Formats: sequence, C-alpha cells, structure tokens
Amino acid sequence: MLLKDEVGMLQRVPLFSGIELTKLKLLAFTSDRVSYSAGQILFRQGDEGDAAYVILSGRADILVDSDSGPIKVAEMVPNSIVGEIAILCNSSRTATVRAASQLEALRIRKDHFLRLMKESPEMTIEILRVLADRLSHTTADLIDARSAK
Amino acid sequence: MEPSLARYIWTHTRKQQIWILMIVLLSMIPYFMSFDLPKLIVNGPIQGKGFEQPGATLPFMRLHYNLPLIGEVLIFSGFQLGRKATLFALSLVFLLLVVINGLFKLYINTYKGRLGERMLRRIRFDLVDRVLRFPPVYFKRVKSAEVATMVKDEVEPLGGFIGDAFLQPVLLGGQALTAMLFIMVQNVWLGMIAVVIVVIQIVLIPRMRRRLIVLGRQRQLTARALSGRVGEIVDGIGAVHVHDTSNYERADIAARLGLIFKIRFDLYQWKFMVKFLNNFLAQLTPFLFYMIGGYLVILGRLDVGQLVAVIGAYKDLPGPMKELIDWDQDRQDVQVKYQQVVEQFTVEGLIAPAIGALTIDDPDPMTKPLSAIGLSIADDGGAMLLNRISLQVKPGETVALVSTATGGAEALAEAFARLNWPDSGKIASGADDLLELPEAVTGRRMSYASSDVFLFQASLRDNLLYGLKHAPLTPVTYDGAAADQHRWNIDEARRSGNPDLDIHSDWINYASAGATGPHDLFEAVRRVLDAVVLSRDILDLGLRSSADLKRHTELARRIVELRAALRTRLEQEGLSGLVVPFEPGAYNKEATIGQNLLFGAAAGPELADRALAANPYFASVLKQAGLDRTLYEMGMEIAEQAIELFADLPPDHQFFQQLAFMSAEEIPAYETLLQRLKNRPYEAVSENDRAMIVSLSFAYIEPRHRFGLLSDELMSKIVAARNRFYENLPPELHNAIERYDPTKYIAAATVMDNVLFGRVGNNHPDAPDRIRSILYDILDELGLYGELLNVGLDFNVGAGGRRLTGGQRQKLDVARALLKRPDFLILNRPLSALDQRMQDKVLRNVLEEARSDGHSPAIVWVVTNPSMAMMFDRVIVFDSGQLVEDGTHETLLAGNGIFKELVS
Repeated sequence: MLLKDEVGMLQRVPLFSGIELTKLKLLAFTSDRVSYSAGQILFRQGDEGDAAYVILSGRADILVDSDSGPIKVAEMVPNSIVGEIAILCNSSRTATVRAASQLEALRIRKDHFLRLMKESPEMTIEILRVLADRLSHTTADLIDARSAK
Repeated sequence: MEPSLARYIWTHTRKQQIWILMIVLLSMIPYFMSFDLPKLIVNGPIQGKGFEQPGATLPFMRLHYNLPLIGEVLIFSGFQLGRKATLFALSLVFLLLVVINGLFKLYINTYKGRLGERMLRRIRFDLVDRVLRFPPVYFKRVKSAEVATMVKDEVEPLGGFIGDAFLQPVLLGGQALTAMLFIMVQNVWLGMIAVVIVVIQIVLIPRMRRRLIVLGRQRQLTARALSGRVGEIVDGIGAVHVHDTSNYERADIAARLGLIFKIRFDLYQWKFMVKFLNNFLAQLTPFLFYMIGGYLVILGRLDVGQLVAVIGAYKDLPGPMKELIDWDQDRQDVQVKYQQVVEQFTVEGLIAPAIGALTIDDPDPMTKPLSAIGLSIADDGGAMLLNRISLQVKPGETVALVSTATGGAEALAEAFARLNWPDSGKIASGADDLLELPEAVTGRRMSYASSDVFLFQASLRDNLLYGLKHAPLTPVTYDGAAADQHRWNIDEARRSGNPDLDIHSDWINYASAGATGPHDLFEAVRRVLDAVVLSRDILDLGLRSSADLKRHTELARRIVELRAALRTRLEQEGLSGLVVPFEPGAYNKEATIGQNLLFGAAAGPELADRALAANPYFASVLKQAGLDRTLYEMGMEIAEQAIELFADLPPDHQFFQQLAFMSAEEIPAYETLLQRLKNRPYEAVSENDRAMIVSLSFAYIEPRHRFGLLSDELMSKIVAARNRFYENLPPELHNAIERYDPTKYIAAATVMDNVLFGRVGNNHPDAPDRIRSILYDILDELGLYGELLNVGLDFNVGAGGRRLTGGQRQKLDVARALLKRPDFLILNRPLSALDQRMQDKVLRNVLEEARSDGHSPAIVWVVTNPSMAMMFDRVIVFDSGQLVEDGTHETLLAGNGIFKELVS
C-alpha cells in the first residue's frame, strides 16, 4: 500500500476527516507502517501509551483484563483508530489490543500526534467532538445500567 | 620544594654547570685570538709594516715565550713568508678561528639546551609528583586547569633559562670583559669612555626593569586565573546553558582578557622604552670613539690600525652587555615564576613519599578490625560532620550505614577511604593508624566506590582494570631499535630524576582479581559485570560498534556460523520476516537504493554518504547501467514530494527526524534547485546538480517511504549495476569499500550489521528488541558471548565517562571496586542514580559476588534507603554527626528509635 492510499484511508477515519490533505499526507509519511500476524500484541493494558494505531487492513481484538482472564470488549475494523486515549491523557493503556488476523496498521507516535493537534484546530475540534460523543454514549450506557439495577 | 631557583638548579646540575663553564673558558682562547687578527692583517700585509723592502719575509707561526728567570724560549721558529703569502696565511687563520668559535658555540648551545630540557622535565615531574601527594582537602580549593597550566606553561621558560643560569653570566661577562680589556690595551682613554657608559647601563637598566617584573607577575597570575575560568566553563557548560548565563560568562572572559591586555600592553611599552634607552647608550660610545679617536689620529697620538681595532672590538661589547642585562631580567622573571609555582605547590600535610612507594609484592590481607576512635570530621566551613564517633568493623562483617540528611555516614565512609582526613581522633586498622599505612595496603586490600564517580577517558576495559594497576609486574623485552630506544628512555628518565617504571609493562595484578593471567581474567570481569547488571549494556555497545579485528579474531572467524545460526533460529520461531538478508544477486527491499547499489560498507570517505553520488567512477557505472536518468527522475520525484510535505514546517519541527533524504537546512536549497531544474531536459543539467538530485534517491527505502517509485525492472537494473561496479573497480577505490560477502566479516560495519547481514524489516516495530535477545541467546550457545562483551569493553567512555549514563558510571565504579576482591569493601551511596528496584537487585548481587569463592570481605555500605539495611548483619544509624543506634536489623526495628522512624 502506498502513501497516497494510506492518505485515502486516513480520510475515511472520522477523526481525521476534517483535516486538509497535505497535513494528512504528512501525518501518514511521518507514521510507521507496521504489520502484525494474528495473535501478535500491538500493546498491553498497563503499558505506557506512546502511539496510536490506525488499522489499514485486518482486524484487531480489544481485550480487558479481568479476574477470570482477558475479556474481549470490542473489535476494530479497517479505518478505525485505536490507542488514542492513552496518548491524549498521558495515562497507561486501558486495554490490550491483539491482532485477530494479518493486520496492517499505521503507527502514529504520540509526539507527532500532539504536535499535529496543536497545529490543526480542525483536527482538535474533531477529536473533541468524537470524545464528547463517546462520553455521552458512555453516560447513556451508565444511566441504562443504573436504571436496570 | 627548594624556594630559591638558583639553589635548585645548582643542586641538580652542579657537575654539568661546571663542565660547561670549563668549556666556555676554553672557548675564550680562540675568541680572544680572533680579536687580535684584524689588527695584524691590516697593519702587516695590507699596510706593509715589516715588508718595506721588496722580497722581505717575516716568520709566521713563530712560537716563543718570555719566561721569568729562564728568559726567552723559542719553541718554533716559524715559516718565513712574503707579504702576499702572509696575507693569505693570516686570513686562513682567521677563517679557522671562525670555524673553531662556531663549533664551540654549537657544542655549548646544544649542551645547555639539553641541560635545560632535563631540568624542565625534572621540575614538571616534581610538580606532578607533589599533586599526587597533596592532602585531599587541597583539591577542594584548587581548579584543575590552574594546576595544569602551572605544570605545563608557567615552568616552561625555566627550561630555557636553566642552561643559561650560570653559563650566560660567565660567557657574556667573559666576552664583555675581553672586549673591554682589549679596548683598554689599545687605548686607556677610549677604554675609560666605554667603561663609564657600561656602568651607566648596568646601574640604570635593571632599575627600570623592576616594573617589568611586577607586571610579569601580574601577567602570570591573570593568565593562570583565565585558564582556571576556561576550565570551569568547559566543566560546567551544562549549568551555563541551563541558566542562560553564557553572556555572563562572555562578559567575565572579556573583562579578564581586557585586564590581561592592559598588563601585557604596559609590559610592551616599558620593554621597548628600556630597549630604546639601552640601544641609545650603546650607540653613544661609537660616537665618542669616532670623535675622540678620530681627533687623536689626526693629532698622530693614535695609529689608524689601533682605532679600527678599538671600534672592531667595541662592536663585540654592546652585544654581550645587552644579553647580560637581558639575562639578568630573565633571571628575575624566572625566579618570580618559579617562586609563584613553588608557593602553590608548597602545601602542609603532604603525603609522605613512603605511603605511595612502589610495592611489587602484594601485602598480606588486612585481618584486623577497622575502627574509628573518637573520630571527628568537620567540613570546610567548620560544621561538624562527625562528632567523636567510635565504632569497629570486624573482618567479614556486613554493615549498613543508615543516615539522616545530616547524619554524617558519608563522611565516615570517606574517612575509611582516606578521602577525608580526621580533624581529631583517628581511623585505625588493628593498632595502626590508617593514614600511616602505605597505599599498597589500603589501595589493594580495601575498595571504595561512591556516587561521585570519576572515569578516565579510555575504554571501558581500561577503566574497569584501572583498580588493578598498582605496579609494573612483567619485564618487557625489547629488540633492535626498540631496545636502544628503551635504554635511552631509562637513561634519560634517571638523568632528570624521573622514575624509570615501564608504562608498557603489564601492570594488571591478575592475582588480586582471582585470575592467573590475561586468559582467565575475563571470567572475573564478566562476573563482576553481571553482578552490577552492566553486561547487557556493554553487549549493546558491542553490537553497535565495529570490532577491532586484531583483537577479536574469533568473531570474524566464526561469522558464517553465526549468521547461519541466526537464520535458523529466526526460521524456527517463524520470524524470518523480521530480517531481509543481503544476497549478492538480489535486491534488498528493506535497504536503501544506495546500499543496494554499493552492496558493501564504505571504508573510506570516497564512497560514503553524499560523496557517493559525486564519485566519477560510480557515476560512470550508473550511466553504463542506464540508471543515471532513472535515478535522476526518481530524485526529482522525491524532492517534489519531500518539499510538498515539509516546506511549510519550521526547521525545528520534530517531523524532520522522519525525513531521511535531506535535513531541514537543505530544504530551501532543494526548493530553488527544483524550481530551476523542473522543466529542463536531463542533458542540460550540470553534473553537480545531477549528483545533488541523484543522492536523494540513494536514501530511498520503498516499504518505509511508500512513494511507489520502485519497479521490478529498476530493481534488476540496480543489481546489474552493482555487479558492474565491482567488475571494473579502479585500484584507488579498492580500500574505500568492503563488499558484502556472505562468507566474510566486514570490518567497517558494526557487529550487529555483520551478524544480521541484512536489514531489519521496517514494519515490525519490536523487531530490533526481539532480534537482539535472540542474538544474545545464540552468542551464548556458540560461546561467543564473552567475545562480544569484550568488543563492548573497547568502548571509549569519553571525557570523565560522559558517554555513559550516570547509572552506568556508578555500576562500573562498583564493578571496579569488586574486581580486586578486597578485605574491606566500602560503598558510599554507590548506586544513587538507579531506581530503588535496580539498587536492591545490584545490592543482592554484590553481596553474593563479594562473598563467592570462600571470600568474606567486610562490607560497609552507606545505603540510600533504610529498607536496604535488611540485607546486612549489622545496622549503624547516624543522626546529626552522632552514632545513635547500632545493632542487627531486627533489634533496631523492634526498638523505638530513629531507624524505625526512617523505615516507616
């Protein structure tokens, strides 16, 4: 997959959809193309977050440790971004991400990501929007969970 | 040291000074004879005195003396020569005397030059010897750069003076006196004139020069302070930048230079003033000679020959006089310099020479307890660090010293290491005062490591083994020219009062590390490195450096085996994709185009990096392979893409780290180049511009940069070009490149590159780590682990060890202390740069390693964290310079004292 294809993929990631093309190209160029085979771990819960990953092809499982071993909480498909929370709030990884098939991803380093946010208000607003969206979903889930008790 | 320079010189060079004096006196004879000759030549054959009759002859070389009582004795009646023959004979004698005088001068100058150099060597050695014997407190007050400048620069003029110290006054005084005497003999009145002027010179000039001496002293002190400050700036460069004080430093240096300039300019003004006066006085005399002498000739009371001889002789008077006065100034100047230096090096409490005396045989183990008796130590400000402490450390005991912030445990550890001397009380080993034991005992039977590590600018190995180099243990045999040189070295060292210890001998005391020689020392080294958890770091250094093949032959010999083992292991673990190997007939996608073309490691500047594209032979190969145009177009494409991506970024943007083709500074240049070349046909582009553009394509790696520029056709063309390149490689480039050969070790490449013999895939982020750990496994299996560790030990640690991290330096210091297997191991917060987990680990390892092989040294460890005290037999707690608790860990923890408070 070439740089220009990656840029096309990035455009389809909601987080990056509002960003101008040259910025995206730069982001793609300065990111590392990484590939994993099924079962390989992208990062583990509790590790320090140093990068976010955009899935280009293949699938990945998101696993959370529990007393009875890891539980799969979600599955990532191409064009989704994973691991951005830890690099935004300087926390450790909240989940483990494991390749579920042959996986191609774009690894965006933390400092590059933050730098880009600083320089591109559109992107920052977009990220805020996505996060707020997630928060409202989580809140709704919480209300549902509480009322179900 | 001897405070008077003259006495210092006389004590050490008496015999030589007397010898050279004799030679100088001897040289006076031909010197005087050469004065008389011109008169003889002018009066005799030239003016014809004694040759009044044609055909008259006079005896030549007639030797006769008028002896008292006996009367005239004729030794040789001489040859009878005519007027012309006499002229030639006398002129030849004159020439002979010129030669003899010159030879005397040559001998004297050489002799005194050598004398001076020997003395300079002696003084410098004496000074450094003193530095080695200064008491520790002295080093708190002195700047190292000032000491260095004293030893190197300030005593330098002494060397030039020493040869002249006694000689010059005799030689020049003799010459001046001879000239004066000669003038006197010719004419008393003219002589008196010369005497009067000379007396004025002798009285007046030194008086005027007193100010020069004062200025000279100031110049010396300000220059010394300057070098001290420069040294401080270099050492403290971090603090300067961190606090934005570089302009403060600039101001300080400028002010100092201004002062030095003022002093030096004053000095010049005075110097030339004095010179002017001196010259004037010297020129005054001939004026009087011409006037008065000429007047006397006119009156007929003086013959012309006499006047010419007087003026001729006088020509030789101002020279020696001036030099004599210069000598006197040098003497005073040098005396001042010498005194200044000696004052600095005269220190109370100098360590006695016997304490540091060379001891070849190892001393007996220290089997007696180490005790502090009523020990008090104050810091420079007078505050008490330790107040009348008494305690005893028994052999074999492990003691943790726990201290509050003002406790004073560090001072105790330093006192045990003799780095801090007691103000009252003492440290004793058995009944002996520790300070009176020779260093041969304390330096071999005791070890000390602290958080304040000093490493020398040498390899890791040299630093590690430094603690074993007490004495030259093996005699070295030299043959041929080397033997002569060695004899000369010893001879000269002795003549200058230097020791003749051979630095090329093997100084390493293998026995003290528990080894028998170089072959099994490494085992001991490896164990201590493992103990301080430093082996892995050193292995990494080894992998990243290129091995010295003279020393590490094993690695090169077994490289094929090693490469195969790595390949097999990667296959077994299903990781073959991590490394793409170099194959002579294939393109390696994970390597740059340049690497694929060259397929070798550049061993010289001709084919390295940017020079490659500009190399004419390489360019011609590209052309023949039909690649020049393709690569140019590719470079243009890369330039366009790179500039599109990066042109708007500020030059310090971190994204530039990702741009392998060009640096941020080069972007504007490439931007204009691109503008200029965009629509120009390839043929019209200059060689230089082509090289600029083509070199961009050399850095291209398809899987990493993903511009989609590499086709199968291009790859096969590149492989073809590679073969063509090596087929016709011109001889001058044979040493500039080492071709990748699966069966050969590449000396110019790192060990890692050699073993990999390929490139790590760009899209596996954890590949380097995984490969490294696999590699260490394989090296261990093949028995090459030690060899790689050895390569890593070649790493140069840089000035003060600054190429290592703080933690690595501290670990190395502990390893060095462990290596000599002491009876008392004193560790003063040795691992403060490490995190607590690592400190605990190293502590456990060190306790275990120190006690391996049936050894049981006493260990005194000033711990950084009270919890570490758990691992020791005994815990001693200090607070405010007092020993407050002493007992086992359990008893102290059970008590209700400070220790319990500190732990919780």
